[in-house]
Amino acid sequence: MAEPMKIRATMAGDVADVKVLMNHPMETGQRKDAKTGQLVPALFIQDVVATVNGTAVMTANFGTGISKNPYLGFKVKGAKVGDKVSVSWVDNTGDKTSAEAAVA
Amino acid sequence: MNTLRRNVLKGAGSAGAVAVAVAAGLLKPTQALAEWNKAAFEAKNVGDAMKGLGAGAPADSKDITIKAPDIAENGAVVPVEVSSSIAGTTNIAIFAEKNGTPLVGNYALSGGAQGYVSTRIKMGATSLVRAVVTAGGKTYTAAKEVKVTIGGCGG
Repeated sequence: MAEPMKIRATMAGDVADVKVLMNHPMETGQRKDAKTGQLVPALFIQDVVATVNGTAVMTANFGTGISKNPYLGFKVKGAKVGDKVSVSWVDNTGDKTSAEAAVA
Repeated sequence: MNTLRRNVLKGAGSAGAVAVAVAAGLLKPTQALAEWNKAAFEAKNVGDAMKGLGAGAPADSKDITIKAPDIAENGAVVPVEVSSSIAGTTNIAIFAEKNGTPLVGNYALSGGAQGYVSTRIKMGATSLVRAVVTAGGKTYTAAKEVKVTIGGCGG
């Protein structure tokens, strides 16, 4: 299940604009399978941590109301070209993924 | 019933206080993952969800901008951007008021992160999208109505 995610970080002035695209079904637990009529169990990202050069800049909690394949954008002041942006997430089953990218 | 899962959920509930401490800046969230706030995320209405986050009665603020479409054709993917120009913004929470569980996401900011979050949310019906911003121990809020023509929660 743990598929890669995409991170793009670009400088705009002295602010790094970070865009993250995660790969996750984000099941709410309320949707029924079209074939079996059974509820599809909830499966969604709960915790997301983003760091720049090892310093946390965002710790986010997601609910089931975040869209499938979540997109997350944030801005970090004082970052520099070449800084390492790292993002990791954990879902409600304990599945986890992390990825890194350099600020361009 | 999967006992491991039960324990994990239990742990998440009791760890809510940690998340509050992190949001208040008492703890430095360098390594620890933000603990998932079960009470807030499973609350069925906005008031309870806010209480769960420890944001009881936020004041209306014009310094919060919510960028979202006036009409969303597909409720499963509604782009939402929240920016806060309030100095010292440390936390942004996003609610879709008519969703079964209104709290969509809670973002704690630190280490130079600006008062800005961009995401895509699901909306079950036409309702207000509300942002609650924490800055300097106080909470502020703003809302914007998004009309949804096809709900995104039933599938």
